[in-house]
Amino acid sequence: MIWDQIWMVIWTLLKIVAIVLPLIIVVAYLTYAERRVIGFMQGRMGPNRVGLFGFKLWGLAQPFADTVKLLLKEIIFPANANKFLFLMAPVITLATAFAAWAVVPFADGLVLADINAGLVYILAMTSLGVYGVIIAGWASNSKYALLGALRSAAQIVSYEIAMGFALVGVLIAAGSLNLTTIVHAQSGGIFSWFFIPLLPLFVIYFISGVAETNRAPFDVAEGESEIVAGFHVEYSGAAFALFFLGEYANMIMISSLTAIMFMGGWYSPFSGDSWIAQPSILWFFMKTGFFLLLYLWFRATFPRYRYDQIMRLGWKIFIPICIAWIMVVATVKVYRPDWIGG
Amino acid sequence: MIEYLISAEFYQIMLFWLYSTILIGAALAVVTMRNSIYSALFLILCFFSAAALWMLLEAEFLALTLVLVYVGAVMVLFLFVIMMLDIKIKPKSGMSNYTKVGLLVALLMGIEMVMLLGKKLVGVLPQDDLVKHVQGHSNVKEVATSLYMKYTLPFELASVVLLVAIIAAILLTLRRRDDYNIVNPESQVHVKAKDRMRVVKMDAERGNYIGGEE
Repeated sequence: MIWDQIWMVIWTLLKIVAIVLPLIIVVAYLTYAERRVIGFMQGRMGPNRVGLFGFKLWGLAQPFADTVKLLLKEIIFPANANKFLFLMAPVITLATAFAAWAVVPFADGLVLADINAGLVYILAMTSLGVYGVIIAGWASNSKYALLGALRSAAQIVSYEIAMGFALVGVLIAAGSLNLTTIVHAQSGGIFSWFFIPLLPLFVIYFISGVAETNRAPFDVAEGESEIVAGFHVEYSGAAFALFFLGEYANMIMISSLTAIMFMGGWYSPFSGDSWIAQPSILWFFMKTGFFLLLYLWFRATFPRYRYDQIMRLGWKIFIPICIAWIMVVATVKVYRPDWIGG
Repeated sequence: MIEYLISAEFYQIMLFWLYSTILIGAALAVVTMRNSIYSALFLILCFFSAAALWMLLEAEFLALTLVLVYVGAVMVLFLFVIMMLDIKIKPKSGMSNYTKVGLLVALLMGIEMVMLLGKKLVGVLPQDDLVKHVQGHSNVKEVATSLYMKYTLPFELASVVLLVAIIAAILLTLRRRDDYNIVNPESQVHVKAKDRMRVVKMDAERGNYIGGEE
């Protein structure tokens, strides 16, 4: 009786470790991939020197070298900074970035917590990430950090609305808030995936996701040429590493959510009975990887938006399109329920 | 005894006491903190603990909505405004007049609540049994049924009233200023390269390089 409960707690902890540990390794190699891919796109080499045991290995040990460097550096506190909040901010960023993974289904049944209101949980957790940014900006006692935090907070709150509306379209189409059910509603080949009937929402969701994670071309919160590095300008060492980890974990999160909501999650694009048409976790990873590549591609090719243009795009273009398309989806769902989501 | 200590009910009750203690402590901290940023942060903690209590009531949709709306949106804007202000941390002082009036109001409200709960609702209040729903009970469905089937008209009316309030608030703060140059984004977006620059085609010229063979 009591051992059952203890075992359940240990089993859940093991499952959490099985999600978080690979996630951290993926984050490490995402930073490596980012530098190599952008290097390739811009005709440079990227990091290709750091290897193991005297072999260069195309620089594959670079992320570990970076991690060790960041962990060994001193954490410097600015004068008159609020120490407690200064250290809490990166923890909040990281915790919210990891917490959202609890409800992400990697394959059929492969999910830590298969809760009814999974979509709302995801929205709630991703909306909390902004606190790390705001608190970091305020606790640093620095003008640049505060300006970056204000920019970032306004941007995240604005794009969250467009993001939420895009997901409303998904939940109307799937008829459920549960992520596994949403993927099940997209079974049956590439033409059943939601990105076709919800194309505007799909595009809006991913672009808002890029804006929400403060990535190029929406990275005014850390615009180097204007406010140095924005909200984390005063951070160094391990505290900075946590911000970094949180930002990249959020990127992977948005990519995997786009794969789940619009690209059929673990389903194969092919239909039929052959081996290639079987649903598999590999499809999920491939789709997530594709969106991560898009993130890097954006960063390599787009110049930074101006701040008022960002706000205009979010409020005056995305939100009206979202509302209009939700009407369309709802109408179709009522009068032709077999057109979307089986 | 040991059976009770390892039962789920016991942990649920423990969690209830834990979260309600945090909730009340944080609520007190909101009004007693002298730095308004801390007050706002404690208010966030309040919402969080309240959401956890709702979780214990198996109202997961409402709990998550509380976090999403109040913590994720409303409090962000609150913090935003507080950070823009010039915060002066008030030095410690004795009981001000505000405190005296506040205590009086709190006392009156406390008496009123005791009268109401103790006299009228004592039979209606749930005793100490925990909320338990059957397996597969969906809080989302329950909320949807009452909002969109039972109380459709009041709900729609409330949303229209809110919409009117939003539009009114925007109109109240909207003003056109003539004393600065604002660029119309439409014309910026629709600008073409040929409006701004002229591409000149010309043959490559041979330069005179100093000190070297070509």
